[in-house]
Amino acid sequence: MEILVCVKRVPDTAENEIEVAGDGSDIERDDLVYSVNEWDNYAVEEAIQIVDNAGGSVTVVSVGDEDAEEVVRREMAMGANNGILLSDDAFEGSDGKGLATLLKAAVDKGNYDLILTGALADDGAGQVGGMLAALLDVPYASVVNTIEVIDDKKLKVGREIEGGNQEMNEIDLPCVLSIQTGINEPRYVGIRGIRKVASVEIPVWGATDLGIAADSVGDAGARAKRVDYFVPDLGEGAEILEGSSDEMAEKLIELLKAKGGIK
Amino acid sequence: MAGQVFAYITHKAGKADDTALELVKAAGKIYPDAAVTAIVTGSGADLDALCNEMTASYKEVWKFDNDALAYPNAEAIRKLLVNVLPQDAVVFFGHDTFGMDLGPGLSIKLDSVFLPDVVDFEGLEGDSLKVIRQEYSGQVSTHVSCNISAGAVINVRPGVFQPDESGSAGGQVVDKSSEAGDLTVGRHFLEIVAAEVGDVDITKEDVLVSVGRGIEDQDNIEIANELAEAMGAVVSCSRPIVDAKWLEKPRQVGTSGQTVKPKVYLALGISGSFQHMGGLKGNPFIVAVNKNPKAPIFQVADVGVVDDLLEFVPVLTEKIQEGK
Ligand SMILES: Cc1cc2nc3c(=O)[nH]c(=O)nc-3n(C[C@H](O)[C@H](O)[C@H](O)COP(=O)(O)OP(=O)(O)OC[C@H]3O[C@@H](n4cnc5c(N)ncnc54)[C@H](O)[C@@H]3O)c2cc1C
Ligand SMILES: Nc1ncnc2c1ncn2[C@@H]1O[C@H](COP(=O)(O)O)[C@@H](O)[C@H]1O
Repeated sequence: MEILVCVKRVPDTAENEIEVAGDGSDIERDDLVYSVNEWDNYAVEEAIQIVDNAGGSVTVVSVGDEDAEEVVRREMAMGANNGILLSDDAFEGSDGKGLATLLKAAVDKGNYDLILTGALADDGAGQVGGMLAALLDVPYASVVNTIEVIDDKKLKVGREIEGGNQEMNEIDLPCVLSIQTGINEPRYVGIRGIRKVASVEIPVWGATDLGIAADSVGDAGARAKRVDYFVPDLGEGAEILEGSSDEMAEKLIELLKAKGGIK
Repeated sequence: MAGQVFAYITHKAGKADDTALELVKAAGKIYPDAAVTAIVTGSGADLDALCNEMTASYKEVWKFDNDALAYPNAEAIRKLLVNVLPQDAVVFFGHDTFGMDLGPGLSIKLDSVFLPDVVDFEGLEGDSLKVIRQEYSGQVSTHVSCNISAGAVINVRPGVFQPDESGSAGGQVVDKSSEAGDLTVGRHFLEIVAAEVGDVDITKEDVLVSVGRGIEDQDNIEIANELAEAMGAVVSCSRPIVDAKWLEKPRQVGTSGQTVKPKVYLALGISGSFQHMGGLKGNPFIVAVNKNPKAPIFQVADVGVVDDLLEFVPVLTEKIQEGK
């Protein structure tokens, strides 16, 4: 099975507090720690496990600036066989459809049986996978939390729907699946793993390599445009307790007792 | 004005989802005067009653009765919608696992703009629509603007718009089943596997001590266990804790976990994403402990403690034990 996994470099929400920069044109980027989007790690792990069982290879692809190379390399350290970076000034400011258009062009240059994305990017909206499938005209399933290879034409996939129930489907290959966290336990990548792939050449494809009209993607092609960032004023919010830990704990115990929170 | 306005009605076992009536209000926010058409797909006896019910809120209800639609397979429904909708349609869905499955691909096939997980509308000026979304689990909000003259697929977040309860639309059902067209797709529904049941039922508990990623390490779960024991409460959690296998799935609160209705909910190191808060019903007294004063959970909590939970929680536990 030839598998392509789409991975995105995002500010790591487990490591950072995301704040609006002064004028609202961006988030505060100074000192941000970036990492691979959490969901994409699960997708890469799943791809590696499928290939371990069924043979084939795993390729990871990312759209981004030169810094995105580090996430491609990290996923290769995890065990992906190949990496591709889609990078061009013209790609900057792409909306979901723009990203899907670029990823489709990359898919068309290969010969993949299965394409995986994350269910959601921390700064995204769970759209790229479904758009990519529609552009490729192949079946799609979102929030997938189990994959079973039936044969080289079919998979059995579980979608995690509301309430933690699982919707089982049979889906024809090639297809696009968006992967939900928890589907597996992504392996740890140590410094040695990173070193092993440190000098691997990662091809960088721009608009011409992909045969894409520059104005169909990026800011020029984006139909949905983010105007600004802001922090909504949602009224009162919580009563924030003050004082030392001891004082806050005492106050909280009073409140909890009053509400029946301490039995 | 842009094209005709539609709302897709999700339903299960003959019952419309809460979003069915929320979409009326959502659409009304940008089209105060437009007649919104409901789309109801399915198969069999339940469908007519449901369509009739929808006429209380929608002027027109398009019914599609077809064996291939017995289970809401987003792939088949996408084909149906592409077959029957005008290309410049403005279509509303709930942003749930069905809307996430369907919306992005539909927007490509209709060649219209996609607006996922919308939490509010700022307004429509001419063809230019401005909406509010959130990023990074609600840590920041954004305005997104787009031109919807060529149509739009708009997924609105469940639960943020009030349901329409006026019941005054006096609409009519139009049976469009014959227009469905070819619905063959490459994905076939097999069955639903029900969520596993655990040794505790957090849906029945009055007091929950809930841990999130802020607990940092598996060994620290013990801190929450000790607090819960002192309070006479039960431990629940957010999704990353289950993904990491630190606690069992039946303890997960949220849209893809359990819906709980406690009287008191103590959220330790939980940021307050909508998928988590979506599982918390019945207006409990919420206490949040989080070291980030700007964590979104403080906007919905009643009481907040801005502190490192690893330091604060043991102090709290000890004080409760002392008082007993
Ligand atoms: C389809 C779908 C369904 C989902 N369903 C669910 C669901 O059912 N339930 C669910 O919970 N999530 C669900 N999610 C995931 C959800 O989007 C969030 O990723 C998740 O809720 C975040 O969990 P969290 O708040 O524990 O972690 P984070 O968002 O990482 O927040 C951790 C918080 O802990 C704080 N913190 C860190 N260290 C400390 C410390 N030492 N002391 C105090 N505070 C600290 C941080 O400031 C932060 O606010 C779903 C996602 C998708 C796409
Ligand atoms: N810039 C990108 N490069 C590669 N893949 C991406 C990119 N943006 C989004 N994706 C993929 O699409 C998924 C969903 O992202 P989103 O639709 O932005 O929430 C991610 O988990 C990735 O798999």
